[in-house]
Amino acid sequence: MQLDDLYRRVIMDHYKNQRNRGTFEDGAMTVELNNPTCGDRISLQLQVEDNKVVDAKFSGDGCSISMSSASMMTEAIKGKTYAEALDLADRFSSLMKGEEVEFVEYEEIEALSGVNKFPARIKCATLAWNALRKGIGEDSLDN
Amino acid sequence: MNELIREQFPILHQEVNGHPLVYLDNAATSQKPRVVLDALRHYYEYDNSNVHRGVHTLGTRATDAYEGAREKIARFINASRSEEIVFTRGTTTALNLVASSYGGPRLQPGDEIVVTPMEHHSNLIPWQQLALRTGATLKYIPLQPDGNIDLADVEKVINDNTKIVSVVYVSNVLGVVNPVKEIAEIAHRHGAIMVVDGAQSTPHMKVDMQDLDCDFYALSSHKMCGPTGFGALYGKRKLLAQMEPIEFGGEMINDVGLYESDWKDAPWRFEGGTPIISGAVGLGAAIDFLSEIGMDKIEAHEAHLANYAMERMSQIEGIKIYGPAKRKVGIVTFNLEGVHPHDLATVLDTYGVAIRAGHHCCQPLMRWLEASSTARASFYLYNNEQDVDRLIEALVLTKEYFGDAT
Repeated sequence: MQLDDLYRRVIMDHYKNQRNRGTFEDGAMTVELNNPTCGDRISLQLQVEDNKVVDAKFSGDGCSISMSSASMMTEAIKGKTYAEALDLADRFSSLMKGEEVEFVEYEEIEALSGVNKFPARIKCATLAWNALRKGIGEDSLDN
Repeated sequence: MNELIREQFPILHQEVNGHPLVYLDNAATSQKPRVVLDALRHYYEYDNSNVHRGVHTLGTRATDAYEGAREKIARFINASRSEEIVFTRGTTTALNLVASSYGGPRLQPGDEIVVTPMEHHSNLIPWQQLALRTGATLKYIPLQPDGNIDLADVEKVINDNTKIVSVVYVSNVLGVVNPVKEIAEIAHRHGAIMVVDGAQSTPHMKVDMQDLDCDFYALSSHKMCGPTGFGALYGKRKLLAQMEPIEFGGEMINDVGLYESDWKDAPWRFEGGTPIISGAVGLGAAIDFLSEIGMDKIEAHEAHLANYAMERMSQIEGIKIYGPAKRKVGIVTFNLEGVHPHDLATVLDTYGVAIRAGHHCCQPLMRWLEASSTARASFYLYNNEQDVDRLIEALVLTKEYFGDAT
C-alpha cells in the first residue's frame, strides 16, 4: 500500500484550504449527513434554481479524505444541472470501485482514486457525495 | 510477560503491509490463544450436541461443557454460586436484559436512573430507552477534569428517588477505573440497585462480585480471549428470581399449556432457544488460560505498557493524551495535532500498527472531551515494550509525513 496514493498533495491542499467552507445566510437547501461508524459529519448547503446548483457550501468535521472530497465536490457541482451533478456523483462511485473514469469538469477529483485501495476509507470519500444525492437525487428531500 | 505468551497467539505472527503486526486494538476485541481455538475445534469435532435434552452421550458432554463454563465464570468473578450467571450474546444483551426485565416493570415517573457521561453506548441507550418508556428521569454523575469520578458528586446525584445506578468499571476511552464498590454502597443506602458494565474490566483485572456487592455485572467473552457473540450477566440470585424472561421459546420453559406457560428457574429462564454452546466452551477455555497466568500479573503488565506508552508519547510534540496522568489499565486515548485520527490510523496501519480511531461508541464522552474523534491504543497480555516502540516510531513517521504533505 502506497500512502502517497492516498494522500496526494492535491488532497492535502483541499484539506488544509477547504474550498466553499461555510454557510449561506438563507435560501439554501441544507442536507445533514454523518458517518455513524466514525463520527464524521457534513452539512451541505446548495443554492438551487430551475434544477440547477447555483452555489454550494459545506461545513462539518472529518478526516482529510472526507473534507477534501467535500471541498472538491462543491467546486465541481457549481453551475451544474441536477442531472450533470448526479452524473458526477455516479462517476465518483465508479472511481471508488477502482474503475477508470475522468472528471474533465474538475480533474482534481481524480486524485481521490487512490482511496479505493483503502476500503475502510471509501465511506469517508463518499460522505459529501451521498449528501448531494440526498439533496437532489431520486430519493431527495424534495420528492 | 514473556515470549511464551505471545507464542500462544497464532494471529500475531503475521506481516501486515510488509511489517510484523502490532495489534493495539484490544479494547475493541482481543486475539484468541491456541487453547481457545483448540477447545472450539475439539467441541465441534467430538462433543457437538444440543444441551439439556439429549439422553445420549454427546448430549451429556455438551451439557457438561456448557454448565461447566458457568461454574468457571462464577469462580473467575467470585460470584457466590453459578446460578447467578446468565449466558448472553455479550455485554450489550446483558445490559439490555437488566433494563428490560428488571427495569421495565419496576420504574415509573419520578424514579431516577443514574449513569455517567463516560458510558459506552451499550450502557447508555438501554437506560435512555427505559427512561423514555417508563417516564423515569436519566441523570448523570459529572466527571472531574481528568475524567475521574468524585464520590462527593455521586452522593449529590443519587437520592431516594434513584432506582438504578449503572456505571462502567473501566472506561474504554479514558482508561480510568471507577470506584464501583463505593458507588454501589451509596446506591444501596438509597435503596437503588447497582449495575456494572464490566466489558473492559473483566479481561484485564481481578474482579470480585462478592466484594463489589453490585447487583448486576455484564461481561463479554471476545474481549477476554474468548469467541465473539457470547457473554454473561451476573445477577444476585434474589433479583434474578424475581425477573421475568424477555425471550420465550425452547429450553427456558418449565411447563407449556395451550394458553399459558411457566418458566424454569433463573438463569435458564433467560436462555431461550439453543444457546451459544461453543461460546461457553471457548470462554471457559479462555478463563482457564487467563487464570493460569494470573489476573494480577496481567493487570500490572498492561498498566506498565500504558504508562510506558504515555511517557514516550508525551515526548512527541503535538500529542494530546486524554484521561488521567497515570494508568492502572492498558488504554491510552490521544490525538496528534493537525492529523485527523482516521488519517492517523490509516498511516499507522501501513506500518503494521493496528489502533482504533473514531468515537469508540462514546459520543457523549467525545463531546465532553471536545473531540469529534480520537485515536486509541489499547494493550493486552501479549503486547510488549517493542510494540510500544513500534507505535511511537510510526507516530513520528506520521507526523513527518503530514508535516511534509502540507
